[in-house]
Amino acid sequence: MNIRIKFQKYGVMKFIGHLDMMRYFQKAIRRAGINIAYSEGYSPHQIMSFAAPLGVGVTSDGEYFDIEVRSTQSSLCSIRALNETMVEGISILEYKRLPDTAKTSMSLVAAADYLIYGKPGYNFLADNVLDLQKKVQDFYESQPEINITKQTKKQEIQMNLKPLIYKMKSLNLNSQETLHQLQVKNPEILAMCQDSPETEFPALFLQVCTGSSDNVKPELVLESFCRFYDLPYDPLGFQIHRLEVYAKADDIPVKGEQERRKYQSYLNHQKKLCQQKGREFPQFLTLGQLGKNIESSSCTGEAP
Amino acid sequence: MRKLALNDEILLNIDKPARYIGNEVNSVMKDPEKAAIRFAMCFPDVYEIGMSHLGIQILYDMFNQREDVYCERVYSPWRDLHKIMKEQKIPLFTLETQSPVKQMDFLGITIQYEMCYTNILQILDLSQIPLLSTQRGEEDPIVIGGGPCTYNPEPLADFFDLFYIGEGETQYSSLFDLYLSIRSQGGSRHEFLRAACHIPGIYVPSLYEVTYHADGTIESFTPRYPDVPKTVRKEIQMDLTESVYPRKPLVPFIKATQDRVVLEIQRGCIRGCRFCQAGMIYRPTRERDVEMLKSCAQDMLKNTGHEEISLSSLSSSDYSQLPSLINFLIKSKENGVNISLPSLRIDAFSLDVMSKVQDVRKSSLTFAPEAGSQRLRNVINKGLTEDVILQGAGLAFEGGWQKVKLYFMLGLPTEATEDMKEIPRLADKIARRYYEIPKEKRNGKCQITISTSFFVPKPFTPFQWACMCPKEEYLARARIVNEEMKEQLNRKSLKYNWHEADVTVLEGVFARGDRRVGQVLLKAYEKGCIFDAWTESFDNQKWMEAFQECQISIDFYNLRQRSLEELLPWDFIDCGVSKEFLKRELDHALQGQVTPNCQKQCSGCGAAKFQGGVCLEHQN
Repeated sequence: MNIRIKFQKYGVMKFIGHLDMMRYFQKAIRRAGINIAYSEGYSPHQIMSFAAPLGVGVTSDGEYFDIEVRSTQSSLCSIRALNETMVEGISILEYKRLPDTAKTSMSLVAAADYLIYGKPGYNFLADNVLDLQKKVQDFYESQPEINITKQTKKQEIQMNLKPLIYKMKSLNLNSQETLHQLQVKNPEILAMCQDSPETEFPALFLQVCTGSSDNVKPELVLESFCRFYDLPYDPLGFQIHRLEVYAKADDIPVKGEQERRKYQSYLNHQKKLCQQKGREFPQFLTLGQLGKNIESSSCTGEAP
Repeated sequence: MRKLALNDEILLNIDKPARYIGNEVNSVMKDPEKAAIRFAMCFPDVYEIGMSHLGIQILYDMFNQREDVYCERVYSPWRDLHKIMKEQKIPLFTLETQSPVKQMDFLGITIQYEMCYTNILQILDLSQIPLLSTQRGEEDPIVIGGGPCTYNPEPLADFFDLFYIGEGETQYSSLFDLYLSIRSQGGSRHEFLRAACHIPGIYVPSLYEVTYHADGTIESFTPRYPDVPKTVRKEIQMDLTESVYPRKPLVPFIKATQDRVVLEIQRGCIRGCRFCQAGMIYRPTRERDVEMLKSCAQDMLKNTGHEEISLSSLSSSDYSQLPSLINFLIKSKENGVNISLPSLRIDAFSLDVMSKVQDVRKSSLTFAPEAGSQRLRNVINKGLTEDVILQGAGLAFEGGWQKVKLYFMLGLPTEATEDMKEIPRLADKIARRYYEIPKEKRNGKCQITISTSFFVPKPFTPFQWACMCPKEEYLARARIVNEEMKEQLNRKSLKYNWHEADVTVLEGVFARGDRRVGQVLLKAYEKGCIFDAWTESFDNQKWMEAFQECQISIDFYNLRQRSLEELLPWDFIDCGVSKEFLKRELDHALQGQVTPNCQKQCSGCGAAKFQGGVCLEHQN
């Protein structure tokens, strides 16, 4: 049985790198008593795969990984059991069942949303939201191409970022409307807003291409933005916060010919429904939307 | 949310920031305001090493069970952070509450090996605590040392306010109670230390005076006040089944050296190898009850989520309930739990177990004959015979193994060229045994790896009076082994590793040094020596300068054969084993006479006075 788990990462946990997060969850799964499946062989390992690595220093409300389990309790019970063993800075948000032939989240990742805001004591990209809006306009909307040079281990590559940045907006982070709309769960941002209710916090919203092929890190966009305005680029001056990770709505998230055909007809049906209602069919679905909650009345080990 | 002592700018610019943020699973969070005693527990090496240490986990758990005590952890900041903290004058902090160590009531430092001594000074320095105990004021924490190296605490005497000699389970509570009572009466640091020296196992170095003969040896070692005890007897936890054991050990985020549940099955060793300090100072051997261990294993696996468990003890094969315990653990392999075996005596049982828990083709067998010839093995009382090794290796080869690791020491007392040459010859005999197996049944070549270390005489062993060799002599002996290896029939199946001898020389000085060598430590630290146990940071040149500038002779400590009458720096400690026994053992060693192990026959070492463990079982 395949399960997709969504979690958030904040506070001091932003200093824990991707590989250590994987190790952390291997142990957490065992502590929580999740009946995970193991590979065969002398040193069996848990069947687990992460969607998109998060860099050290970045916080997130939308991290995903998939596991295979031999049996499971309901979503609610499993989330509760996992959260009881979490450290401060990691919370489980979703626990959903995937189809048996589901593709891994890693192979489906297509886009991610980010928030970027200034750290206290640093000058952010603009003095206020209006100024930032204008700057974004000139940098993103008006430029036909955003050319950068990307330094890889082997060579320098020229690339055009423009088609890989799906959305770029300025916003005031310190507004109930924004926080609600973006479904921000990060306690640091929420606390920061609560502590100074009257202040405007200019921030950037980015939706960028993510995944194994054209992976765009938000730092790359920021660096290019700073260069465009001749601003000093200081990676320590920003806090990057990932909000969500997506798959393409058009991608078929299952394997096997029969299953794929079935999903295709479901997709077609959904598209038709949208058309009938005059709604646009979404470009992306969150990785979590590809799974279903597991319902059950009570958790084991609990009085009914 | 917790606030860190280091800002993002620092944490994102150093290696492995996870070393400094705390927040690990099972770390203890308390309200520091409510703790009458705040204790910083330190392992003076990098986080990954320190987090792997069982002793700290035991004490951390035990201290924090007291409501009025809050014990937090500290490890050595790695060199990158060390530099930043010095430049920016950031005080060293505890991991849990990220509070300055200087604010604690106690700073406890475990002293596990000589090459971490400069790291102790680093800890004090970064904590902004005066390095010398005499310069500390009422506001400074009481600095306590513990661990195996405190069986000769003298090289560190100037830097510590007190040492706890022996096993930590027994007297810390009395020490805390005393501290609370003296502090509540407005008593001073000095008053506390004066009173603490009456707690068993507590050694307060400033309360003793040492005088020296003209030849540099110790003339007298005397308490400064009549009520201060002349000898300090080690503390020992006799019942290891009813004693504390951490069922919720800490789980680090980054991979520690011991990334697994560690189950201490027994303390002490019945074997009595004459070079081995642990085998003497932890006497008598005490086992933990197997049912207790099974329940600990289950709880610890559940509470940590570790996927591996290992057993810890000296000579694990001597644990009487080993088959029962291992069979129990093998059952948990179904839940994805791996078992990492300690080095067991190679016999049918251990081979069967090994084949169940590890991949035979990849794993290797380990033998520690320690000396190449039977003569020298008798001198050091290492019971392992050539027959036993060849038989064990043969069994293993037939079971599919083809890798063998052999550990030896060079520079043992009475060692002659012939003994050195026997090392590769023994390895060759093992290889020959492998090639006796018909070609079609074996799996290619065998790999026999020989490793040698240089012997460092340790206090409270029969060899505590022995002289060491000059550095060049050690290397010459390693060359003899290497040359002889090239003469062997199966030389292509043999591999030989040896180390530099610089560190051996320093270990020798600090293992048996007196109070005067402390100034060399200070000087070396001032010159920038830290992390000396790490090859990449060890700088022998600086050490040699430090000795020269302090006018301390290495040869006096290492190359001198001490007389049996000499007053040794650690003679004031009573570790249970009597000096008469050590002399007797030295005598037996020189005659090549083997002493039976504690299970076979009591040799009257003196540890029977603790009234327990193998000493009582033996009487039955």
